[in-house]
Amino acid sequence: MDFTPTPSQTVGPYLHLGLTDARSISRVAGDGAKGERVWLTFRVLDGEGVPVPDAMIEVWQADSEGNYPHQDSSADGASFRGFGRLATAEDGSCTFETIRPGCVRGPAETVQAPHINVSILGRGILKRLSTRVYFAGEPVNAADPVLALVPENRRATLLARPGPARTGNWVFDVRLRGEDETVFFDV
Amino acid sequence: MSSSLIESQRSNPKKFVVPFRRHEPGTQPEYFYPAYRATRLRAPSQPLIFLPHTVSEVTGPVFGHSAIHPHDQDLTIQHVGEPLGERIIVRGRVVDGDGHAVSNSLIEIWQANAAGRYAHAKDDHAAPLDPNFTGTGRTLTDNDGFYSFVTVKPGAYPWRNHDNAWRPAHIHFSLFGPAFVTRLITQMYFPGDPLFAYDPILQSIPDERARQRLVSKFDMETTKPEWALGYRFDIVLRGRESTPFEK
Repeated sequence: MDFTPTPSQTVGPYLHLGLTDARSISRVAGDGAKGERVWLTFRVLDGEGVPVPDAMIEVWQADSEGNYPHQDSSADGASFRGFGRLATAEDGSCTFETIRPGCVRGPAETVQAPHINVSILGRGILKRLSTRVYFAGEPVNAADPVLALVPENRRATLLARPGPARTGNWVFDVRLRGEDETVFFDV
Repeated sequence: MSSSLIESQRSNPKKFVVPFRRHEPGTQPEYFYPAYRATRLRAPSQPLIFLPHTVSEVTGPVFGHSAIHPHDQDLTIQHVGEPLGERIIVRGRVVDGDGHAVSNSLIEIWQANAAGRYAHAKDDHAAPLDPNFTGTGRTLTDNDGFYSFVTVKPGAYPWRNHDNAWRPAHIHFSLFGPAFVTRLITQMYFPGDPLFAYDPILQSIPDERARQRLVSKFDMETTKPEWALGYRFDIVLRGRESTPFEK
């Protein structure tokens, strides 16, 4: 038998109908979750720097102790889901409420710096784009085995920066193409 | 992977990260496919960076029965009346790259109505909306990986990608599978659609056999007498490498 994986197709312009209208998850961490509270804003821009108003972002992250959750991510009131998804607004942005993840074990006794795994989907994106959000100023970044795979002059594209509004706000630009293009991973 | 290894991984989740297999060339679409116009500004121009799988890639969200409501898998009973169009049953099995069932895993679908119109504010196609059809469904696969939906056959619809551009009739499918890297969003097509050759979204997949995997098959076994035609759509998610990598 042939068990070659099924090909991907674009999520299309009407993704909201199936995936976000009634199924958005903006709170990755509920009130009961331990850790430093973070409001992470994504802004998705196309190859001309124009905001992408019809993309969808999904996030997957560890808790503040660096452990990925095993329990049901859909259960209401889950203190820590680890998963979130939102459609971008007309200005290409969306904001998740979460906690800063802890360090996660890496290969061969290494430690991965706090990071959030990200999928970007949208019209014109034929298969999921994967990237990671790291936090600017985090000392462990220097030892992260995945950042080490990225050419030094492109690493900054993977760093969220403190946002202007209030403490705990972070901003991460996803530049799909062209100048300062975000690093995407082959996972 | 042998079952003893799977057990070992379950009992020592901290010890092993068993990576998922990579795709064979040609079996997935490229990002940049100029015939599909929207890719020209939304496909990365730099090569992707190969990321050996860590615990971040081989774990993923779990969705249980609380995610599903009773009417979610029958798109024809979500309103007061029945939607117009040809009632169909779509049924299939979700397996991994080794043919093992992907059980209790969330599937979400969305689609146009029988006239080719989405119940979406941004769809301005001059075809009627159906007050009895939203076009959204979700379900969990059963213990053997099977799922089924009752819906109506979606219509083809025009889009503005090129002159006289029409999308073949399709249903959008979203699946999670067991890990961040098994996430799949795709589209199911109907057999014999004359629009296949003209559709850059389907044609963006280089390999003809891979394209055929997105075309459902008419299935007499799923067809119910005096009630609805049945279509079979099996889905394969990525499987794991056979060699565990020690932490």
